[in-house]
Amino acid sequence: MVVAQGLTYEYHVRNEQGNIEETQEALKSVNLSIEKGQFVAILGHNGSGKSTLAKHMNALLFPTGGTLWIKGMDTKDENKLWHIRQTAGMVFQNPDNQIIATIVEEDVAFGPENLGIPSEEIRKRVDTSLQAVQMTEYKDHAPHLLSGGQKQRVAIAGVLAMKPECIILDEPTAMLDPAGRKEVLDTVYRLNQEEQITTILITHYMEEVIHAHRVIVMEQGQIVLDGTPQEIFKRVEFLKELGLDVPQVTELAYLLRKEGIPISEEILTIEEMVEGLCQLKQKQSN
Amino acid sequence: MIRNITIGQYYPAKSYIHELDPRVKIIGTFVYIISLFLVSNFIGYGVVLLFLWVLIHQSKVPFSFIVRGLKSIIVILLFTVGLNVFLTPGEHVIYEWSFIHITGEGLYTALFMGTRLILLIMGSSLLTLTTSPIQLTDGIENLLNPFKKIGLPAHEIAMMMTIALRFIPILLEETDKIMKAQIARGADFESGGFIKRAKSLIPILIPLFISAFRRADDLALAMEARCYRGGDNRTKLKQLTIEKQDYVAIGVMILFILALMFLRVI
Repeated sequence: MVVAQGLTYEYHVRNEQGNIEETQEALKSVNLSIEKGQFVAILGHNGSGKSTLAKHMNALLFPTGGTLWIKGMDTKDENKLWHIRQTAGMVFQNPDNQIIATIVEEDVAFGPENLGIPSEEIRKRVDTSLQAVQMTEYKDHAPHLLSGGQKQRVAIAGVLAMKPECIILDEPTAMLDPAGRKEVLDTVYRLNQEEQITTILITHYMEEVIHAHRVIVMEQGQIVLDGTPQEIFKRVEFLKELGLDVPQVTELAYLLRKEGIPISEEILTIEEMVEGLCQLKQKQSN
Repeated sequence: MIRNITIGQYYPAKSYIHELDPRVKIIGTFVYIISLFLVSNFIGYGVVLLFLWVLIHQSKVPFSFIVRGLKSIIVILLFTVGLNVFLTPGEHVIYEWSFIHITGEGLYTALFMGTRLILLIMGSSLLTLTTSPIQLTDGIENLLNPFKKIGLPAHEIAMMMTIALRFIPILLEETDKIMKAQIARGADFESGGFIKRAKSLIPILIPLFISAFRRADDLALAMEARCYRGGDNRTKLKQLTIEKQDYVAIGVMILFILALMFLRVI
């Protein structure tokens, strides 16, 4: 679905006279291959290049070196630009700054309207998309009266209405409260499961990625870790070196192991922790 | 409080007038305004008033809402009436004192002009009261479409109006936030003369502008990501269609004009 080979992006830092002061590499020769239907989470702190990577996938930025293919289409190919953007839809961080129309359903229709789809078909797509994010009852509302989580779900519906095969979410929960975050994440995970839409979730909340199929950790424009959540969060010390956290429960398991308690290192959720502790207790009583 | 502000003055209701095609309403309003200027006596205004009264009654908009629109023009109204009363020359002098002459003709013209203004505002506010901003934008875009050939950017104008409407509440909220933040740091917006108060707005306007530019940047990116490329080959979710009720409205409009002509008041 998404294949990157030697993907590099350089940008110039200019001084006040407009002369090039230095050249920075936001992405350094990234190799990556994401299969159809996968749920991939990309982690990394600010400036690690994760947002730059996301913008490449939507052809909003073009690589200065290497190539990125979306469903076999080279993102540098200008003739395929609109097709790429329709195949790989993007949801941004700020819910207010990506809603264009003054009525929810009009905003969801914005994408298909741009694609020149006939009115009756747009109507159908708007209805099914709003249904998919469970926002049908709000279709006549003004966006500024919705909560952050609801607005973000409208934004997701807007992307769904373009019938994408891949959704890229660039820190969609960064500006939301915990309830809104849960709403949006539940929606995203459900869409991945039910509609088999390839999902790429960029975030810096560790709790959000534990149900992903695959986690990629980025640092200084490079991929430093790539694997299942269990594999990634085993590396507690390495993640801490990068300035990243691990989920609270994993941290607890790590601290327990450090104290010499033999508990699994693949614990990510509270349920797994409870299970692990119960097994330990059973072993002890035997 | 600031969140509940209504944009424009749309009064949502289910009525025959609300459901008319916005294009018919816009053109109807224009015809109505032109007829106001062509009418030459009070009998004509009687007909216009009757017509307007029927429309208001049909629209289910409370009369007080329509009168409210007059508040904003009260100064202009008094000014026009005053000027006409005092400055119209004429034969029948009713009252004279040093340089002030009030004539019968003056009173008549003043009353005539006043009525014209009041009918004008009441008629046009009926348009904005019964048409939502988005319908109004759609209608204007559609009506401007023929002028595309001479280079009028109809789609762009409509898109700008939509985005402006969308961001008014957001920017209002932001202004509120910035004001509170500045007040918390000891800013004073209330005291002092006009100039001092105007100056104290600078610390609100600068952050507001910066954030507006940042939002514009984000929005442009989001629009591009959703394949926006101008008005060419664009379709619409809701298409404007002229239906039976619109033909009826057009018919009523023609009858109205014919009635005015028949009464020889134009």
